[in-house]
Amino acid sequence: MSDALLEVRDLRVSFRTDDGLVRAVDGVSLRVEEGETLGIVGESGSGKSVTMMSVMRLITDPNAQFSGEILYKGRDLMKLNQSQIRSIRGSGIGMIFQDPMTSLNPVYKIGWQIAEQIRAHEQVSSAQARDRAVELLAAVGIPQPARRIDDYPHQFSGGMRQRVMIAMAISCNPDVLIADEPTTALDVTIQAQILKLIRKLKEDFGTAVVLITHDMGVVADMADRIAVMYAGKIIEQGTGRDLFYDPQHPYTWGLLGSIARLDRPRPRRLAAIPGLPPSLLRLPEGCAFSERCAHRFDLCSTQPELAARLGTAHLDACHLSPERKKELRVTTIHPELIAEAP
Amino acid sequence: MLTFIVRRSLWTVLVMFVITVLVFIIFFKTPGVDPARAIAGRNSSPQILAEIRAQFGLNRPLPIQYGLMMKRLFVSRDLVSYSNQGQLVVPEIFAAAPATLSLVIGAAIIWVVVSIAMGVAAAVLRGSLLDPLLMIIALIGVSTPVFWLGQMANLVSQGGLHNTVLFSWVPPLGYTPLTANPLRWFEGLVLPWITLSILYIGFYARVLRASLLEVQNEDYVRTARAKGLTERRVLMRHTLRNSMITFVSLFGLDFGALVGGGAILTEVVFGIHGVGFLTYQALTNLDLPTIMATVVYGAFFIVLANALVDVGYAWLDPRVRPT
Repeated sequence: MSDALLEVRDLRVSFRTDDGLVRAVDGVSLRVEEGETLGIVGESGSGKSVTMMSVMRLITDPNAQFSGEILYKGRDLMKLNQSQIRSIRGSGIGMIFQDPMTSLNPVYKIGWQIAEQIRAHEQVSSAQARDRAVELLAAVGIPQPARRIDDYPHQFSGGMRQRVMIAMAISCNPDVLIADEPTTALDVTIQAQILKLIRKLKEDFGTAVVLITHDMGVVADMADRIAVMYAGKIIEQGTGRDLFYDPQHPYTWGLLGSIARLDRPRPRRLAAIPGLPPSLLRLPEGCAFSERCAHRFDLCSTQPELAARLGTAHLDACHLSPERKKELRVTTIHPELIAEAP
Repeated sequence: MLTFIVRRSLWTVLVMFVITVLVFIIFFKTPGVDPARAIAGRNSSPQILAEIRAQFGLNRPLPIQYGLMMKRLFVSRDLVSYSNQGQLVVPEIFAAAPATLSLVIGAAIIWVVVSIAMGVAAAVLRGSLLDPLLMIIALIGVSTPVFWLGQMANLVSQGGLHNTVLFSWVPPLGYTPLTANPLRWFEGLVLPWITLSILYIGFYARVLRASLLEVQNEDYVRTARAKGLTERRVLMRHTLRNSMITFVSLFGLDFGALVGGGAILTEVVFGIHGVGFLTYQALTNLDLPTIMATVVYGAFFIVLANALVDVGYAWLDPRVRPT
């Protein structure tokens, strides 16, 4: 089991603040196999971005504290020095960010920005790097790449800029592409195009993808495996089929129940999870979701472990028995949705 | 880009025109002030007043008065200072300009280099003790009056310590043209340069630090790191490069104002006969033609600097470039 391309073991990230320690990531373990897509789902502040930023060691806040291991091809990224981590950033692991409008440097031509990354990792001439940049722009579907290469970011639309970001992230053929909410800032039609592009690149280049999102719909048709995060912890993890047809955690039920579906009679009100996520400054003793959970019982005041409660690779962190879960979840998710599971 | 420069130049000309009109109206049409008497200076005879009225066309329509005045300033350049023995004003300003330019350019080089070094050091060393230390030094620089600093520099270098090794090289106060004696020119300007630049070093270091810290939080700086660039490259090519947009626009305006006569205190304290010094003398003598000429000269440099800043801004920031 140690052949995972990228493996996070018991990662903890906390920030010292005036009000106390904020536990943004609280014991997260993940693995990404070669060529697979891992979706990380969770609401704002659940620690999904901080987890992947920590993988790239991109958190520069001096008040941040880290523990745990991040193994990339067997090397612990946490133990690497600055120059070693730099050789992996952008080369072994590429990253694209949420807001394409601000993620590119406004004062440089996009071709220059792509070439800069290529030349940071490979001994190539600037002309070669430029040619590669043109090819990359073509690969991500930018029309007239040879001409657009000399344009500045502000001359592109949001979707086009995200394509440029993707071209940049894959410019050095990374093994892993981390996409941190790549479509959140884009409108829906563009979202679909960008996701299609990521999937195509994944197939063409065999790149593993870590897709961070708060949108269950996005991971549904993208991810091989999905991890659901809540308050800095993974509370459920499994294949897409596991999560959509046999969800174990009441929080996942809530997420699924709140999807508006076009192929169902329209509900009078879209279901929502009541309450707010707990403050990361004062996490409850037991299950972090218990305060919002309609099915809590006395065991919930103790911390549930993320474990294989079904005897498969499907993990969840809820004290309810699998049988009870089957009974209870129909109150949150439309029964038909689950019944349709093959 | 070229059309932008042309358009900007036309604007500059228009602004200059408006400024000259305003200056003209203030000097010639202030209610209750007889411009002839103001031009003639104190204790002037009736003959001189009559002569001035005829020369400046003071009993002719206003646009003609303005035209005559501008002709004297820009074309024939024969505006005469009555309180200063009939000195021709425009050549006097041109003679004073090299001293001012020497002073301001030298000071500008010092303040740009030192303030960038200080601002970058403070931003990079944020969280260590050096950052607040540098910023306190900068604050002291900002709050030290130039005339006091200059007098102290003179007191030390020309007074008691003049014969020590430290200051024996300092020549007497005054300006030696570069063409006359380059070494003397340099020696004479070292202390004025430092004196003039200290205020700007403090100010620019603080502005640059604040700007760097702001840019450091931009998404594209995170992107630059995620690309695997060295910290040095992230700082120089991405953070500092974007902070320079603010820096350069401030610099252009301050530089223009100083060349336009804003270095008056430094020039007076160190006896450098530049444009500021000339303005100072003209003000003490109520020498209207000279004041008017220096005001127009100063305005010219400020407007020119503004135009250059705009061009430089477009050069630094493609977003404001016209396409």
